[in-house]
Amino acid sequence: MIIEIDKLQLYYTDFHALKNVNLSIPERSVTAFIGPSGCGKSTLLRTLNRMNDTIPGVRIEGKVDIQGRDIYSSDMEVEFLRKKVGMVFQQPNPFPKSIYDNVAYGPRLHGISKKSELDAIVEKSLRSASLWNEVKDVLKKSAWSLSGGQQQRLCIARALAVEPEILLMDESTSALDPISTTKIEELTRELCQNYTIVMVTHNMHQAARISDRTVFFLNGEVVEASDTQSLFSNPVDQRTEDYISGRFG
Amino acid sequence: MNLPAPNSREDLATKPNKFRKHVMEELRGKAFVYFCVLLLVITIFSIVYFIASRGLTPFLSQGVSIKDMLFGLKWKPEGNPPLFGALPFLFGSFATSILAAVIAAPLGFCAAVFMTEIMPKFGKSALQPAIELLAGIPSVVYGFVGLSVVVPFYRDTFPGQGIGIMAGATVLSIMILPTVTTIATDALRSLPNGLKEGSYALGATRWQTIYRMILPTALPSLLTGVVLGIARAFGEALAVQMVIGNAPHIPHSLFESATTLTSIITQSMGNTTSGSLHNNALWSLALILLLMTFLFVFIVRVLERRVKR
Repeated sequence: MIIEIDKLQLYYTDFHALKNVNLSIPERSVTAFIGPSGCGKSTLLRTLNRMNDTIPGVRIEGKVDIQGRDIYSSDMEVEFLRKKVGMVFQQPNPFPKSIYDNVAYGPRLHGISKKSELDAIVEKSLRSASLWNEVKDVLKKSAWSLSGGQQQRLCIARALAVEPEILLMDESTSALDPISTTKIEELTRELCQNYTIVMVTHNMHQAARISDRTVFFLNGEVVEASDTQSLFSNPVDQRTEDYISGRFG
Repeated sequence: MNLPAPNSREDLATKPNKFRKHVMEELRGKAFVYFCVLLLVITIFSIVYFIASRGLTPFLSQGVSIKDMLFGLKWKPEGNPPLFGALPFLFGSFATSILAAVIAAPLGFCAAVFMTEIMPKFGKSALQPAIELLAGIPSVVYGFVGLSVVVPFYRDTFPGQGIGIMAGATVLSIMILPTVTTIATDALRSLPNGLKEGSYALGATRWQTIYRMILPTALPSLLTGVVLGIARAFGEALAVQMVIGNAPHIPHSLFESATTLTSIITQSMGNTTSGSLHNNALWSLALILLLMTFLFVFIVRVLERRVKR
């Protein structure tokens, strides 16, 4: 288990957003968080790389261990955590720089400045995100000239360039067209051979298609977590069954 | 809730005449707006025409060459022969405004970063109103403060009399600080949040995010603020005139008396008769000022286009 969450409570000022979450996430697999809007699935995702730190009024109790290390302990270096736990957002958010500089941004932050080294990282990351063939001749062009789906794969490449262990995907296909979505889904399956992927999705079919494990959230609680096949074919909890059969949410 | 039923419905076929009133309303409104716009356009064009016609007379019919005015070093309009070298004024204007921008730009950028990234709450409630207040202080007050605080400080610290380009630039830099800061703050605030999050998510620290992502992205907008600041500084007359010394020559140091286009115009305009060569030459200086303003506006437009892409 690469991620172990133990009795996690999260409050936004007065709002109790995550209630006593206990969850283990295995290495090199795809775990999908599903549930209706506002159920806390994105909030939990963002506690895994401490992106919630920037929001004022957030209070966290309990423990989140990643690779056996308590990431909320006072000696945890947040920058290093975020290097190890990459994130891809809902809206593609490439920087207004060239394609090359987008991918090289992370490695440069962490001190790599040799051109040959950066070149190798950029190529490797773009290949891993299956974008290399499309952009290898236009690396100096602005990232904003790419299509939405390409931009999102560029964001994946950018996240891979700092060599993370875990990749968090926050509804990363919801702003994309069906063809781009399929590409990202295929890519996700490939990437999980080398990375642990945790994704939030609104789309239950997507969870069923590409995840190994699925976690169902409701009102800040984990209702059910099991392997995807059994969660969708014989859910244990009545609420899970209601949700996946489309009775609410 | 029971709404009362409308007791009489207006019928399209039976009520054809009432809308004429609205036609008149439309027309009146339209006429008023058009009149205001026309008045504005006429005013602007007549100002430009007036300045250009007066300002070009020395070159067209009074035998002064443009080259002599732009590059001449001696300004002796009542001499024999009269000399109209405006280079010292041009130099003074450019030197004070650009130096003012050089001082104000880092201060303004830092204030903007502070207000948007570091302490948004305190920035918005305390620093922003304070800086905006600077914009409301009359320029004669700036000049007075400059004369009684800045000039003595420079006189005691550096060789020279304290008056001069450095004193002018210092006063101007405070005056243009609100322009630079406000535009920079707006630019930084309008950056999409996703860009910052993307940078933090890659393990960037706050400083890395500010200087590797935020500042480069906002640069064209930041420069727009600086250019508008320079434009304002270029046109400011009173405060500069009070601290620069008004000696019509190119100074050898920043702490030596100099002058600017605006100060020579305000100083001499009252002492000349309309239509005289001296008076027209001052109009030529005003024309140069006007053209420079156009240039600044043009630069701002180009920068804005780069922001939009």
